[in-house]
Amino acid sequence: MDTRKEKFPYGIPGHNLGEIEREIPMEEPPVWPVNDELKVIGKRVKRIDALEKVTGKAIYTSDIKLPGMLYAKMLRSNVPHATISSIDVSKASSLPGVHAIHLIENAPKEGGDGGTNTYPMVKYVGQPLGGVAAESLEIAKEAVSLIKVNYEKKPFVIDMESAMEINAPIVFDAPITQQQDGGDVGETHDGSKGEGNVRGPSTSSFFGGPRGNLEEGFNEADVIVERTYRTQVHTHMPLETHGVVVDWGADVMTVYASTQNTAAVRNEMASVFNLPKSKVRVICEFMGGGFGAKHSAGSFGPMAANLAKKTGRPVWLMLDRKEEHLAEGNRPNSIQYLKIGAKKDGTLTGIQQRSHGTAGVGLGAGVGRIAQILYPCPNFATEQYDVLTNAGPGAAWRAPGNVQGAFGLEQAIDEMAEKLDLDPLRYRDRIDTSEVRKVERQRGAELFGWSRRQPPGSSTGVVKKGLGVGQSTWPRFVTLDSSVEIKIHKGGGVEIRSSVQDIGTGTKTIIAQVVAEELGLQVKDIKVNIGDTFFPVGPGSGGSVVTGSITPPTRNAAFEAKMALLKLVAKKWETDSSELYVEDGQVGHKANADLKMSFKEATKLMRTSQISKIASRSDDYGGFQQPWGLAYGDLGSVQFAEVSVNTETGFVKVDRIVAAHSCGRPLNIGQLESQINGGVIQGVSYALYENRVMDNGTGHMMNANIDQYKVPFSMEIPEIETIIVEEYSGRSSTDAYGIGEPANIATAAAIANAVYNAIGVRLYEIPITPSSILKALRNVS
Amino acid sequence: MNKFSWYEAKSVEDALQQVNSTLSDELYEATDEAAVFKSGGIDVFDWVKQGILKPQKIVNIRNIPGLDKISYDRKEGLRMGSNVTLAEIASHPEIKTRYLALHLAVNHAATPQLRNMSTLGGNIAQRNRCWYFRSADHDCFRKGGDRCFARHSKTGENENHAILDNGSCVSVHASSIATALMAFNASVVIVNAEGQQKTVQMDDFFVSAGEDIAMENILKPKEIITEIILPTPSKNTKSAYIKQVARESYDWSLADVAVVMEVSGNTCKSANIVLGAAAPVPYRSLEAQQAMENKTITGENAKAAAEAAMAKARPLSKNDYKVPLFVSTIKQTIMEIS
Repeated sequence: MDTRKEKFPYGIPGHNLGEIEREIPMEEPPVWPVNDELKVIGKRVKRIDALEKVTGKAIYTSDIKLPGMLYAKMLRSNVPHATISSIDVSKASSLPGVHAIHLIENAPKEGGDGGTNTYPMVKYVGQPLGGVAAESLEIAKEAVSLIKVNYEKKPFVIDMESAMEINAPIVFDAPITQQQDGGDVGETHDGSKGEGNVRGPSTSSFFGGPRGNLEEGFNEADVIVERTYRTQVHTHMPLETHGVVVDWGADVMTVYASTQNTAAVRNEMASVFNLPKSKVRVICEFMGGGFGAKHSAGSFGPMAANLAKKTGRPVWLMLDRKEEHLAEGNRPNSIQYLKIGAKKDGTLTGIQQRSHGTAGVGLGAGVGRIAQILYPCPNFATEQYDVLTNAGPGAAWRAPGNVQGAFGLEQAIDEMAEKLDLDPLRYRDRIDTSEVRKVERQRGAELFGWSRRQPPGSSTGVVKKGLGVGQSTWPRFVTLDSSVEIKIHKGGGVEIRSSVQDIGTGTKTIIAQVVAEELGLQVKDIKVNIGDTFFPVGPGSGGSVVTGSITPPTRNAAFEAKMALLKLVAKKWETDSSELYVEDGQVGHKANADLKMSFKEATKLMRTSQISKIASRSDDYGGFQQPWGLAYGDLGSVQFAEVSVNTETGFVKVDRIVAAHSCGRPLNIGQLESQINGGVIQGVSYALYENRVMDNGTGHMMNANIDQYKVPFSMEIPEIETIIVEEYSGRSSTDAYGIGEPANIATAAAIANAVYNAIGVRLYEIPITPSSILKALRNVS
Repeated sequence: MNKFSWYEAKSVEDALQQVNSTLSDELYEATDEAAVFKSGGIDVFDWVKQGILKPQKIVNIRNIPGLDKISYDRKEGLRMGSNVTLAEIASHPEIKTRYLALHLAVNHAATPQLRNMSTLGGNIAQRNRCWYFRSADHDCFRKGGDRCFARHSKTGENENHAILDNGSCVSVHASSIATALMAFNASVVIVNAEGQQKTVQMDDFFVSAGEDIAMENILKPKEIITEIILPTPSKNTKSAYIKQVARESYDWSLADVAVVMEVSGNTCKSANIVLGAAAPVPYRSLEAQQAMENKTITGENAKAAAEAAMAKARPLSKNDYKVPLFVSTIKQTIMEIS
């Protein structure tokens, strides 16, 4: 591969900005300077689809209406553990308006265990068993209510600690080969290790395994903090529920899906129905939220397709809020034991972590890699166990594992600081080697007014104020299978095509910005057609990968198309294309100011109707930590929380959050702020409000709605201020990364530390409620 | 939701001819041809959408003329028709000046959208929000079942539930407005199919679970609330109301307290102290009322009254926090008067 060398900006402006030389592929564009010197990138560009969204014109999956379309409803179990002896659909099938009923068979392809029973074993309340397609949603619902399922009930276990007991009912008596979607993206295990419902442990991640010798580490320590932290099950609650509309035509199966990953849904549907990928088209134009739970076709995707096949008509199948809570993912809970040791000067000598979490009938309830990598420590070991219970499967949830892990670790670090008689922020300055978090701590502390912080419990009066801080890290992941096509149309018009979907964070807009910057055009000149698998495959919207994966090939494709266009202009002007530039919608000549032509005129020189270029994500300049796309550097953040705690009633109010973040080169400040706001709000909600309430006696979720499953509304949302630290590292043609997960990791820990600062009593469990505050205060008084 | 027919009632008499059951009767033991009232529809349609209430006919009383008036005069007191919306009460100037606790209670109920839709009669007649009671999968005592799931000492999820009078049912009444109404000694006007009218004190309108597990109030089939009447407060009446919620923007009460007090200077001559979300029906705390009688309104006396109110509290497995929460809230509400 031909390469050339270029100097890239490196470091943090205002702190340590310098240069680094990188060897880059010859065909890739020249280095971009820092954002101050760019026209479109790094600015507050309005979302290109803002008008469609606020006027209600944006078409979401649930809005799709097709001629002859039927409405479908899923049949779900209402017992937590049973074998099904029979299912009687006679009443339902004779209901006028019912067109088809499809029951899920006990085949691995259908999600069953492939055993001898006709129907799959029921393992949780809300498990999909079948579906009905009818003229209207009301008829479909009524038909489902008329289906009689006869269960042979079995003992079940809901509560995690009960499930860990030796005589607990067994949820799976075999290794688990399905639903490994609990979320933590550390080392996965197949669930075959372990006893009873307790599977694992996972002891390593892609950052390696245990380090050093813990015993020695703790022997060297002058101070030990040893605690157990607990976090709750948190369901995703996207505003738009999961669902699809399947239109199985003569030639192509078209799936309109509310998904974070059009390409994955296509692959899944092609595999389930044995179709070539070219015959399945998945479209997602607008997304009403996913947070990690919408990466697959689920059971509703194949169900809608089966019903479409049976009826020969398009089928609409969107889930309702209750189904969403029961069966479409959750952030697993955790019980985390953490022991950390430090010398008198604060140097960490050992970190030991042992966690149990339940992703219901799924796996992946680890607590991430925060304890492993946030602070250097020579001696480290973790054991992360999955506990199986008769509850809906977990799913990836915005920074899977790390949010739980940060809640524990960042409280333990705070406690260590106090034992060492150090300010929590100063202590982190001492043990944290990250340059970006150092800058975030400085700038954050100044904006937040950290110097106002008083000793824990010293606030007077009934309502006590407290300040706290929490830190986080998230890897820079890149999906290498990320491609994008650009078309410059003859006579004007620039179009971008990729299967990558805009989960709602503004992916369309940043793509348009990158192209506009490269082509010297305005954002409004770029038409972004994405979320369609008939276009080149882009990344899934998970792991904060999208920006870092799709913007470099977008820029590279735009650069290649630009060079092809400039060649035509150069020929006309009898010069070399390297002498030409684009700016403000014009093509010009660097040395001859008289030579000018509008971009539009230039496109008229094209021989064919379009110049089309496809580019794919290349390796990071300087390579990866792991060749599959684990980049160097990280996405570090520091969040500050200010709270008020009423010591008589126990109510906690988060008054203010200052969130300092970095994501490489920021592309759109407004959108970044929005995304950070969203992450913080979900963090506040995790710390104080949301909690899946399960009845251990019957196995039902009691608050499967949006009334008693509490998400914050306007009055619960604190004042949120963001600090975005530019950090250049010269790793790709855009040097940009995402912010999705980092925004959500540190919030709950910062709030817990602030609550401690307010009342002088530490809470080791979330959600923090009036009940837990009053209990904590009573125990000390 | 099942299919049902819709009847638009033209008058109270007309409406009473059309119905044959009540929401409560249907939840306890469903009949095949149920015809029930609907006013604002907030509660009734919740049950219908859950598939728990399956009426054959809905009789819409929302548009009956004459039930949507608010009037106040010194002799008659405050009269509010049962179809008055919560939004109308919330913005009524006379209510704000003379019945502050009611004004506050209404303003803290539900959301602006819901206050536009829900009616006063429907609000006080709504069923409780116990999640077991509201679940199609849990047949509790109140639905003709054989147990109370919430009170179970090991598995009951009872953090929002009752700490007083929590015998056969441990739910708490859903209307936080009723807390304030009762503190103002409101009465309820009920008309039956024979055209007979009766006026009952709000204290007697609500029915404890021990008296009748199927009911939360005395309304029988073919009876309708037409009016709520509040006596005129004296010159020396002061009132206050505080509602504690997990989520300030919109939430069901965890503890709410209404205090209506006759004062002389800073001395309480007599007090009405009513607790919401404490018991299956709005709970008048005679202990707290007595404790305040002829006492100066001080933090110490208020606290003593609050503690007296909680003397009989019997928390469940997960709601003992409600006792200190009520102590603080009662104390604060009394102190608002001073």
